[in-house]
Amino acid sequence: MAGRMVVGATALSAVAAGLVRPASEPDPAGAHRVLPVLPELSGLLPNRGLRRGSTVAVASGRPARGGGSSLVLALLAEASRSGSWCAVVGVPTFGAVAAADVGIALDRLALVPHPGPEWATVVAALIDGVDVVVVAVPPALTASVATRLAARARQRGSVLVPYGPWEGADVTLQVMRGMWEGLGQGRGRLRRREVTISARGRGAAARPKEVKVWMPGDGATRAVTATGRPPATTGSPLVPTRSGPAARRAALTLVGRSAS
Amino acid sequence: MTAPVRTLLVWCPDWPVIAAEIVDGVPASTPVAVLHANRVVACSEAARAEGVRRGLRKREAQSRCPQLTTVDHDPGRDARAFEPVVAAVEEIAAGVEVVRPGACALAARGPARYFGGEERAAEQIIEQVAQTCAVESQIGIADGVFAAGMAARAGQIVEPGATPRFLAGLPVGALGRPTLTDLLRRLGVRTLGDFAALPAADVLSRFGFDAALAHRLAAGRDHRPLAARRPPVDLDVTDTYDEPIDRVDVAAFAARSLAERLHDTLARYGLACTRLGIEAVTAHGQELHRVWRHDGLLTAAAIADRVRWQLDGWLSGQGRVRPGGAGRVMPPRPTSGIIRLRLIPDGVLAHVGLQPGLWGETGEERERAHRALSRVQGILGPESVVTPVLGGGRSPGDQVRLVPWGDERVPTRPGAQDGDNGRAVPPWPGRLPAPAPALVLPTPLPAAVYDVAGELVAVTARLEVSAAPARIAVGSQALVEIVGWAGPWPVDERWWAPAESRRRARFQVSLADGTALLLSLAAGQWSVEAIYD
Repeated sequence: MAGRMVVGATALSAVAAGLVRPASEPDPAGAHRVLPVLPELSGLLPNRGLRRGSTVAVASGRPARGGGSSLVLALLAEASRSGSWCAVVGVPTFGAVAAADVGIALDRLALVPHPGPEWATVVAALIDGVDVVVVAVPPALTASVATRLAARARQRGSVLVPYGPWEGADVTLQVMRGMWEGLGQGRGRLRRREVTISARGRGAAARPKEVKVWMPGDGATRAVTATGRPPATTGSPLVPTRSGPAARRAALTLVGRSAS
Repeated sequence: MTAPVRTLLVWCPDWPVIAAEIVDGVPASTPVAVLHANRVVACSEAARAEGVRRGLRKREAQSRCPQLTTVDHDPGRDARAFEPVVAAVEEIAAGVEVVRPGACALAARGPARYFGGEERAAEQIIEQVAQTCAVESQIGIADGVFAAGMAARAGQIVEPGATPRFLAGLPVGALGRPTLTDLLRRLGVRTLGDFAALPAADVLSRFGFDAALAHRLAAGRDHRPLAARRPPVDLDVTDTYDEPIDRVDVAAFAARSLAERLHDTLARYGLACTRLGIEAVTAHGQELHRVWRHDGLLTAAAIADRVRWQLDGWLSGQGRVRPGGAGRVMPPRPTSGIIRLRLIPDGVLAHVGLQPGLWGETGEERERAHRALSRVQGILGPESVVTPVLGGGRSPGDQVRLVPWGDERVPTRPGAQDGDNGRAVPPWPGRLPAPAPALVLPTPLPAAVYDVAGELVAVTARLEVSAAPARIAVGSQALVEIVGWAGPWPVDERWWAPAESRRRARFQVSLADGTALLLSLAAGQWSVEAIYD
């Protein structure tokens, strides 16, 4: 009886000290305002994650062609894995296999491939209920609609991720260079790509940052060397190295970081 | 022990033949025989006149009646066609048991009292069945279902208490147990009366339980109560409005009271519905029906919301075709107000309470997301919000199936992705190695691949590349230099089904501008299947 009393008292004091929290609560104080991102990308974002209510744009096109879609997937991966709901609007070419490989939970991912002329209504409705909303920016977007959507995201606490040209985003991520590895003249296969991502934005993110990552990475090469050159891979080149969650987690590997 | 129930049995003669006429349009006035396992199961009156009998072989039946039409036996068809007959009988009498397709029984007491006599009741029922279903029927009334069935064949009403005497004159074959009948005949027992005269204990010890049951039937002691079927309850709720509703919020308000009524009805039967059909009809007869899916029970507020979204989408629909959607046309904007709203519960199941997740997985966030996605479904149509499900396949497009939000997540093909749960899954040899392309084109882009000399690159039947690819033009864009390539990787899929067979060679190429493509070459035509973006 006395022992139980002591245990009860300890538990009470632990609650009082804030040491015990319900298992359903994902993170301690304040962190629920920021959705997690992969550790390699956290250096680019002001709060080391996707702050709820912010707009994080991913620019497409110049200077490098390509890389943007992979960057969007990588941005969603950690948030989706930790239980957030995601929606992708206006991307009929969405590669779901690649999304699953990065770590996005497909049962918490909704796609609206063809939003049609009611684009703004659809996006606004999604902002109301979904944590991260990725939107392919339509060509005829007026600044007023963009401002309104960003304000709505701020009010509802969702993260808006426009993919394309977007004025006034909190942070704009852009792929500067991308180079694939693993393909020779008539042999090998695509293995991974070294990508340079730059971030610029407003406020806390005003100082431009740049980071080099493997995206998508190769499950076999997790070690990062100082020069950015990975050790030679072992194993036959044509055998898929996708061998389970361990390989999937390493879809993105940090190569080096420089602040300019 | 109580006396056997006074039973009225409605019997439609030659039901399999009649069912074939109703469902398949085989005229029953011509010689028709229904066959099962090469034996005649039932035949029409015309065929019987030519000498066709039950149990005959097909060739024998055809030799007796050369113009015979034969139909395969289908118990499902018989049951389906009998359903309207049962419904017709249920309209004027309660508690109907379907004995088999073609025969249904009910307690005679109620209709006899109501119509003023058993004979009058029988006439009424025959009339009702003939008028609503255009089916001829006969009625027999006796004590017990078995005796009533026998009486129906003769179309007679057996006086109360006279059933054992009526049965005594029938041959033992009427029991419908061929082996027992055969044995009894060889023992010299030819009528049910002879059989009933045997001591019950001896029948049980000599012939077994089934024969003891048959013995009770033969003696007119059929105590089995009727297993009356319960007609399916009508769960729809409808409301009509004298003043046409022409504003969405008014309609939503009306739907709210309708939803409360639906909830009362469902709760009274202890049911929940997983799909809900909402139907709105305007004064000009335009109709909009849409089915909404939900995991749990929709609350009255949620139903009102859905009515509002549905009508919202309708009012702003304006008969356009959604781009890329499978040609689905939104119904045109209604020209008048709504006069009728109807809620139709579908996918009804017993409500055993909802089980929420232990750690709050199915908590508030999930609710919120579902609400938002249902809202978008209300704007664009249910199949415009999709969620990907991974399955098996050799190309990135094949591995993904897009299911409408809220539908069951079942992949098209079993895949190597879900091999963790111990099921055997096909390995899909030849599928592309990781990493997977981030952009998969729904329709491949045509392309042209040239070698250094400017000739189109080709692949022989033995998978030899004519020359190393050097430049590529995708669509109508300018030529881009190829810096790395691998292939050809052959894929020969579904060669056993000519309509779906695909034979192609795939290449991975990386270009000078930093992009990488998945190309395929089929029948001399290059195309871009996916982009490693």
